[in-house]
Amino acid sequence: MSTTDTVPWSLPSDVEVAMTRTFDAPRHLVFDAFTKPEHVVHWMLGPDGWTMPVCEIDLRPGGRWHMVWHRPDGSTMSMVGRYLEVTPHTRTVQTESWGPEWPETVNTTEFTADGDRTTVVQTMRFPSKEARDRASGTGMRDGATTSYERLAAYLAERS
Amino acid sequence: MADDPLSLTFAALADPTRRAILARLAEGAATVKELSEPFAMSGPAVSKHLRVLERAGLITRGRDAQWRPCALDATPLREVSEWAEAFRHFWEPSYRRLDAYLRHMKETE
Repeated sequence: MSTTDTVPWSLPSDVEVAMTRTFDAPRHLVFDAFTKPEHVVHWMLGPDGWTMPVCEIDLRPGGRWHMVWHRPDGSTMSMVGRYLEVTPHTRTVQTESWGPEWPETVNTTEFTADGDRTTVVQTMRFPSKEARDRASGTGMRDGATTSYERLAAYLAERS
Repeated sequence: MADDPLSLTFAALADPTRRAILARLAEGAATVKELSEPFAMSGPAVSKHLRVLERAGLITRGRDAQWRPCALDATPLREVSEWAEAFRHFWEPSYRRLDAYLRHMKETE
């Protein structure tokens, strides 16, 4: 059900994180919403107040994609990548890089029809030990205690 | 299996019993015996899970030879929770927006 405010995530393997979400719309519409810039810019905006001035998607194997977000404080976040696999309405595989301090990941998005509803599973995979090790050096920020507490609560809910 | 820190953390967290053990230890240190009670598992089975958690740096063991109480070390969770937080922070509002946008797409199809 899509009424929940939490995105269920799981760890399918030791190098993957997956998110699963069901939408109340047929598969071809959900696929278009994820892959056509004229739709993407309306919703893939993250927190309230962000905008997406750049959204370029060349939806074919080898095709590049590029998205840029502006945050309310004027800062910018850019993501680039390349499509490795495109199966219309069913599955896309793409690389994703958030910038030099993040690892490049390989993201698989799978669209499964369930009557008039569609379940989307997004799996993010660390492509190499080097990338994971680089990721290990990130995010060591103050206030992580809150994250621990939230994660502990999350683990408690899940167990 | 890869043995870099993040892989070890993910592997350790991939098991529901180990997640439950961590959730219990988030409330305070506990002995192996105390940890075994809620899981209907033998001491050796729990000890095996504890070794995985210890190798991932998620728990520390006391020096008291007889009891060796376990305590949560949340340091490796930092990265995983960063990922989870980043995902949630970005995707939850996006997905909610997409719910509404798909309604609009259905109407205009």
